[in-house]
This record gives sequence, C-alpha cells and structure tokens, in this order.
Amino acid sequence: MNQPIFRAENVSKAYAGHVAIENISISVPTGSIFGLLGPNGAGKTTFIRIINQITGPDTGQLWFNGERLEEKHLGLIGYLPEERGLYKKMKVGEQALYLCQLKGLSKKVALERLKYWFQKFGIEAWWNKKVEELSKGMAQKVQFIVTVLHEPKLLILDEPFSGFDPINTNLIKSEILELKKKGTTIIFSTHNMGSVEELCDHIALINNARVILEGEVKEVRSRFRTNTYNIDFQGSVMQLSASLGTYGELIEHGPEGDHMDATVRLVNGATTNQLLGNIMRTVEVTGFREVIPSMNDIFIEAVGRYNRENMKP
Amino acid sequence: MNKIGLIIQREYLTRVRKKSFIVMTILGPILMAALMIVPVWMAMNDEDESNILVIDDSFLFNERMTDTDNIHFFFPEVGLDSAKNQMVASDDFDAVLYIHKNIMSSPSGIQLIYDKQPGINVIRYIENTIENDIEKFKLAKSGIDQATIEAAKTNVRLVTTKLDEVGEESKSNTELSMVVGMFSGILIYMFIFLYGVQVMRGVIEEKTSRIIEVIISSVKPFELMMGKIIGIALVGLTQFLLWIVLSAAFVSGGKMLVEDHFSKDSPTSIEQAMNTTEQFVPEGEEAVSAELNQEAIDEVFASIKQIDFPVILFSFLFYFLGGYLIYSALFAAVGSAVDNEADSQQFMLPITAPIIFSFVMAQVVINNPESPMSFWLSMIPFTSPIIMMVRIPFGVPYWELGLSMALLVIGFIGTTWIAGRIYRTGILMYGKKISYKELWKWLRYH
Repeated sequence: MNQPIFRAENVSKAYAGHVAIENISISVPTGSIFGLLGPNGAGKTTFIRIINQITGPDTGQLWFNGERLEEKHLGLIGYLPEERGLYKKMKVGEQALYLCQLKGLSKKVALERLKYWFQKFGIEAWWNKKVEELSKGMAQKVQFIVTVLHEPKLLILDEPFSGFDPINTNLIKSEILELKKKGTTIIFSTHNMGSVEELCDHIALINNARVILEGEVKEVRSRFRTNTYNIDFQGSVMQLSASLGTYGELIEHGPEGDHMDATVRLVNGATTNQLLGNIMRTVEVTGFREVIPSMNDIFIEAVGRYNRENMKP
Repeated sequence: MNKIGLIIQREYLTRVRKKSFIVMTILGPILMAALMIVPVWMAMNDEDESNILVIDDSFLFNERMTDTDNIHFFFPEVGLDSAKNQMVASDDFDAVLYIHKNIMSSPSGIQLIYDKQPGINVIRYIENTIENDIEKFKLAKSGIDQATIEAAKTNVRLVTTKLDEVGEESKSNTELSMVVGMFSGILIYMFIFLYGVQVMRGVIEEKTSRIIEVIISSVKPFELMMGKIIGIALVGLTQFLLWIVLSAAFVSGGKMLVEDHFSKDSPTSIEQAMNTTEQFVPEGEEAVSAELNQEAIDEVFASIKQIDFPVILFSFLFYFLGGYLIYSALFAAVGSAVDNEADSQQFMLPITAPIIFSFVMAQVVINNPESPMSFWLSMIPFTSPIIMMVRIPFGVPYWELGLSMALLVIGFIGTTWIAGRIYRTGILMYGKKISYKELWKWLRYH
C-alpha cells in the first residue's frame, strides 16, 4: 500500500492537570476504513478534534498525505461529530448550503450536489422546511450529506449510526462502503463492535489516553485466538471427552442429542490434526472450525487486561 | 466568498428576516412617536374635573381662588362639618379645602379633605395660589405695593461663551449640549445591552443545538465569534437606521395629524396643554419672558451652528460601534461558558456593572463635563463610549478624543483576545458548572 493519508506521531495533549491523550502514534492507510475504538473518556474525541484542528496538540506531529497537517487541509477532511446538531430555526436547504460553503465549495457546485444527494435520500421535499420540523433521523441524514458533500479525502465519523433506525443505518452503511470504493479514507469511531467487524479494515483501541491495540482487523483477531475450536459431532459427550486425551480439554458442550456440539481448547502444543485424528476414531465429526474472538470480546479483554496491569494502586 | 464573510452574511440575514426584527422595527418608532404624542394628547383630553368646596375661616381668599379649566372652587356659607357632609353626600363635589383663621401667622395646617383623590396638579395649584397670596398679603402689610414688586422682578440668563486656546470665541448652549450628549449616551447604552445580549444568545444557541462542532471543523472559533459579532452589529445598525427614518416619518405624520385636529378645534388649547406649567406664571412677566424667549432661540441657533456635527457624528458612530464591540466580545465569552441562558446570570454582573455604572455616571458628568473624574471615565475603555459621548457636545480637545479612541481600540483588541480564548474552550464544554477559576484556567490554555 502507498503512503498513509494520515499519520500521527507521539501526539499528546493535557488539560490542566488531566492527560487527555498521551504519545498516540497511528497511521491510517489510504482507502481504508479505520476504526477508532475505546471506552468513554478514553481520549477519542480529543484525538479527533486534534485531527480536525479544533484543538492543537501539546507535543507530537501530524501528517496529512505526506505533508504537515495545516489549515488548508480542512477542506479535504469531512467531520461528523458525535454531538451534532443544526440551527433549529433555519431552513434545511439554506443551512446545508451554508455549511457546504463554509467547507469551501462554491454556491453553484454546492447547490448541484445538494440536489443530487437530497434526491438520493428522498428528502428533497424538506428543502424549505425548518430544521425543528424534522425528525431526528431526518436531521441526521442532512448532517451526513453535509459531511460528505465536499468530497473529502478523509472522512471522520463519530458514532455515525446513533439515532438511526435499522433501515437508515443500512442506508448509511452502504453509503460508507460506496465512498470507500471511490477512494475515500474513513476514520470511524464507535462503540458498536458489530459494525466494526462489518466495516473496518484497521483498528486502534485507545484506553486511558494511550493506544493499547492497533492493527488490521483480521490480524488483531487472530492475535487474540485462544486455540479453541467448535466441533459438531454425532455421539456422546462422554465419548468425546475420553477421546481428547492430552491434546485438548473440553470447555463446554450443548445438550445431549443426535447432533451435538462442543467447544474444545488445544493444550500442550497439540495441533488440530492430532486432535482430530484422536476424536475421529470415537465420534462422527460433522463440523470443525476455529473460534475467532469477536471485536466485542477483544475490546473487553484488551481493556480489562490493560486496566488490571496499569491501574493497581 | 471567504468564510468570515459567509458567517457575517448568515448572522445578518437570519436575524433581519425574523418576524421579531420586522415587528420591532415597525413598533419601535410607533412606540417612540406614541411616547411623544400621547402625553400631549392625554393632557388635552383630560376631562377630569375637580370641584372643591372652600371653607375659609380667615376670610382672605374668597375672591382669590380663581377657577381653571378643570378646577372649580365653590364658597358655601356653611361650617366645615356641613361642607364635609355635603361633599360625601353628593357626587358634585370632590374635596373640601379648609383654611383656618390664623393662616397669616401659621401657614401650616391647611387641610384638603377629599372623597376622591385629587391629582397632583390640583394640589400644586392650590398650594401655589395660597402661597402667592399670603406672600402678597405680607408684603402689602409691610407697605410694599404690587407695582413695586413687579418692577423689582428680574430674570437673568447667562450667555456662556467658550474661549479656546487659539483665542476663538464660541457661544455654547449648555442645555442643547446636555440633550445631544444624553441622547447619544442613551442610544449607545441601549445598543450595547440589546445587541450584546443577542451575541450571547447566538453563542448559547449554537452550543445547545450542538452545531458548534460542525462549524468549527470548517472555520476557526475566533472567526465564528467575530463573524457573529460583526453580523449582529450590522443588524443593530440597520435597525437603528430604520428607526430613525421611520420615527421621523411617524413623528412628522403624527404632528400633522395633531395640528390638523386642533386648527379645527380651538387653536389655543394645544398651547395651554403643552405649557401647563406656564399657567402659573404671573401675568406681568409675560412681556419679559417673550423677550427672553427670543434671546434663547437666537442662542440655540447660534450654538447649533457652533456644535461640531461632523465630529459628533463621527465620534457617535465610533463609540457606538466601539462600545458594542468591546462588550459583545465579553458577552460571547459568557455565552460560551454556560449551557443555557439561566446559568449566564453569575457572569453577567461584571459585564453589566460597568455599563450601568457609566450610564449612572453620565448624569454626573453632564453637570461637570471637564472635571478630572469625567476625564478619566472618558478614557477608560469600559466607560468611555457612554461618558465621552456625553462630553463631546460640550467640546473636548482633539488630543483627548484621540487618546480615548486609541484606548478604546486597544481595549477592544484586549477583550476580544481574552474572550476568544475563553470562547474557544467554552464552546466545547458541556454539562459542567463553570467557575471563575475555571475561566482563568481556560485563558491560559494554548
């Protein structure tokens, strides 16, 4: 892959006596969807605000497309904050136009693109309505449009699905994937781990102001493998358990019946073939696959482990 | 278009298009015109009559209590008690005036017994009449007759002339300077309050509607703050301009209407109504006062010519905007530090106190425009917009004006810088009770 669109090197920021982020270094590959994860208050929002130049870092360097991050890059970044709203008394169309012009679009171009997007989302009838007359989901759509309208190279979405019903969530998801296809890089901050697995290529997990986990989603998940496997079989649990021998141990199993399933962990450095060779002799194996931890499990595990190691009094 | 221009445009257009702006723009001058016309109209149509029974045990006043248009005196030949009963029993009489026997030796103890509260004018009229008469009786007793008194009356009016360093003489009119100065001061005071609070509201609106973070990812917080301040200043200027134009139209329209109405009616009643106080001027003085009036009018015209209108107009615009800018930046900072308007109270005091203080001090300064206190108050940026405007019509040396303006500009840059730093941090803070200590911390962030 070519050079990353965004890179942070040892970025730190403290507010009077409170460290918001400390020595954060991440690199966001061009064209990827990058998940920025972490518990509440970990420092995600501060970091996102630094990328948007809303606040400046105390120390550290930021790079955009190989150049030092500057004010001129703001037009290439799109930002949908978690705390988002619109002027309640202003008309929808007028407001969308204003926000797009602030991002540097000319009035003509902004109008053209807004027409296109309003049609696409089926909200063109709302153009002359005031924002206070809109439902929350409707307003969210307008905000999303305004965020992407200037065709940013880097899109930062902070909890983009909050407030959306499942139908609109899907609509936004497909728009995000569409944008990715067109070459937009997306930094995606959320607590919804399901959507992380679905959308993200890379993740960085921030906890207590530091990055504690970073990498490609597939690689991170395999890093958290626990050598456990799901076995579907015909036979009894007794038979299975006896056949594991020194290769594995039974962790849990389903109810007795014609089609059984059990979870088994490899021990003593055994391989899957050794284990399978053993159990195949006593029970009929109908399925065998590795248990790969979900992002949810990884999140809880990584944060928990970090807190146990670092927060001792 | 550059970004700050866009912000100014939005702030201006959204406010100017509001119904409340249009309503206020039209209602303002109507109210102002009403304030000037209604009292006159009311005074003219005041049908409320007072019928007073006079029981005069001193027998001095029977022929001397003269009726006016709406005060009528009756002299029944009865005692006090039966007069009281008569008043209470009938609707025709409103009060009983009792003058006791020894009025010449002890003038206190005159009673007015009423069943319907008489107006202040009625009471004052009775007091004036009795006072005048007793004085005349006393003078007559000492052997001084009426003609001597009239001849001795003198009316003095000073012609004040300013002699400046170059030796040029200029006539000034203190009253006119007072009116011009006070009027400018009041306008500036109103402008700072009305539109400074609008700036604060605008900031709170952006904060509570949570649009702030979207906007400051496109523009610098400082640009947003300045755009808002300038946009609202333009709204204020527009409104004041429209008020002046419309007021002039309404007042002249109203005047025409009133004059029209009275030329049909009795031409003298309007003069009477407008000059109710002059009713009490003893008759012999009229010739003198007419002469004085002519002199006064000449003087006013001379001093109108003398007042340096280009300087006043320029300084008015300067202090009008300067005063607004220096305070609105602070209002913006307060708006950024709170989550809703109710919370803003605790930070409002340090802002409103100097505005109200300068307004109060304006009445002191106007009586003594060249005292050291007046000088210093017109130099300090927080008080100078109002105080200097009050002083200017009296004539202020150019170096003082220049210094005061320069200090105001420096003050503006200073407060805006401070406000900008508080604003930058404040707009992103939610759900936190902010103390002054906290604000101090924000100031020192980089």
